[in-house]
Amino acid sequence: MEWEAVIGLETHVQLLTKSKIFSGASTAYGAEPNTQACAVDLGLPGVLPVLNREAVRLAVKLGLAIGATIQPRSVFARKNYFYPDLPKGYQISQYELPIVSDGRLEILPEGAAAKTVTIVRAHLEEDAGKSLHEDFHGMSGIDLNRAGTPLLEIVTAPDLRSAAEAVAYLKKLHTLVRYLEVSDGNMQEGSFRCDANVSVRPRGHEKLGTRTELKNLNSFRFVERAIEFEIERQIEVLEGGGTIAQETRLYDPDRHETRSMRSKEEAYDYRYFPDPDLLPVVLDEAFIEAVRGTLPELPDARRERFARDYGLSAYEAEVLTASRELADYYEEAVRASGNAKLSAHFVMGDILGALNKEGREISAAPVGPALLGGLIRRIDDNTISGKLAKQVFESMWAGEGDADAVIAKKGLRQITDSGAIEQAVDQVLAANPQQVEQFRAGKDKVLGFLVGQIMKATQGKANPAQVNELLLKKLKG
Amino acid sequence: MSLSEDDVKRIARLARLEIGAGDAPRYAHDLSAILAFVEQMGAVDTAAVTPMAHPLDAVQRLREDAVTEGDARAAFQAVAPRVERGLYLVPRVIE
Repeated sequence: MEWEAVIGLETHVQLLTKSKIFSGASTAYGAEPNTQACAVDLGLPGVLPVLNREAVRLAVKLGLAIGATIQPRSVFARKNYFYPDLPKGYQISQYELPIVSDGRLEILPEGAAAKTVTIVRAHLEEDAGKSLHEDFHGMSGIDLNRAGTPLLEIVTAPDLRSAAEAVAYLKKLHTLVRYLEVSDGNMQEGSFRCDANVSVRPRGHEKLGTRTELKNLNSFRFVERAIEFEIERQIEVLEGGGTIAQETRLYDPDRHETRSMRSKEEAYDYRYFPDPDLLPVVLDEAFIEAVRGTLPELPDARRERFARDYGLSAYEAEVLTASRELADYYEEAVRASGNAKLSAHFVMGDILGALNKEGREISAAPVGPALLGGLIRRIDDNTISGKLAKQVFESMWAGEGDADAVIAKKGLRQITDSGAIEQAVDQVLAANPQQVEQFRAGKDKVLGFLVGQIMKATQGKANPAQVNELLLKKLKG
Repeated sequence: MSLSEDDVKRIARLARLEIGAGDAPRYAHDLSAILAFVEQMGAVDTAAVTPMAHPLDAVQRLREDAVTEGDARAAFQAVAPRVERGLYLVPRVIE
């Protein structure tokens, strides 16, 4: 039988605020345990939550960017369960009336057709603390610094049909939240976490199969591998005549498998109800429009503009708009150099290559866009050849100064003086009479050899166009 | 609506309440009576009524995003039963 996978994703995005969603404690990452957990975060008796305006603003911003409905009235609810890293015994979340609903994101999975993914809802909620299960004399250690950190949980419809589509969606969403400066998207620090609901059904059937929920997918690679594994596992169970249990499964990257996490008997019943400590959140048109005014050019629009205005290929435009910082860098380089194509060539090749090798971000590139622009201008005005530009670039990357300084210091200025070039041409012709004969006998291929010899004689500094022209004139003359 | 003894045991587990072995039938009876009492409200036609999220007819005030709380760990941990290396220690939990 042929099977079809059906996947829905829930992504928890940590919002980029200074303070927590309901308290004035800091959200900075990496502090000493429990030094950023105040009375509200600890759930001490008598405290009241007060909603952070910035968390609301960021949720609305994301909602507007995905063409969603911003609910004029949303309500916080209590989601009840017991766990030591949740001191109140409930998580404040949104249930029946989320702040954002009915949005969409267009994805372009590798080697497949474009597809629109429906985002059913996005709701505000607080994060829980962290439990450390390493041995504290048979006890668990609790760090509540993360408790109360603002999250936006973004939920898709079961629109995705493969692990590749799921990854394409997540990468798109990841790019978007960073573009919008809604989240730093740092996956290592848990700012962008994903759960996947996976089921399979015979192809052509309408009815959904029983789904499992996969947790602990903290990298794009794990998402892909965990979903692939889970699809295979479910198909195997069903083809063996078994049934799928609705359960939560944990992905183990070391063993590359998913394991059941909670048994059915322990099924949670969260008993949601409106939180009496918080009033309904009412947003007026002015608030929403003010947020709309802060939206930057979105990644899709920017990609199209890059292709159109800079004459880039679809692929180049895609790579250069992968992050807002990279796209900004590229545009500044274009402004500084006046050459869009060469800027794209350098950013995608030399810059990204060097950054990748050193594991650095574009913001930490030792050669900034203005410096790169200076280098490209020296190629355009024939001061250096494209080949030598690579050498100049490497020196600039090593911090040896701007293009002009490196060119002067290393004596790399291109030879455009035709007298000097002519001298080199004559020398090479005199030293290679055999090749000259061959060329005159119609063997055009030796031309490349002769050009190479001349470039070598000038340490690569001769202007290649001039070399070609002079050489041909002499050989034919 | 009436609750079975199993319903009562399940609710008790979710609420982490310990119920004596012989007490479940009595709780099932009493809780069912409460639900039956509330159920009378089902007779009211609420089709045109917006569900109430809060008894106060007011709107949530928003706070500016500023860090106003400093580190008070020492004070909070002074009343905790057990702490170590800055962590609160609790009976071990593993899913």
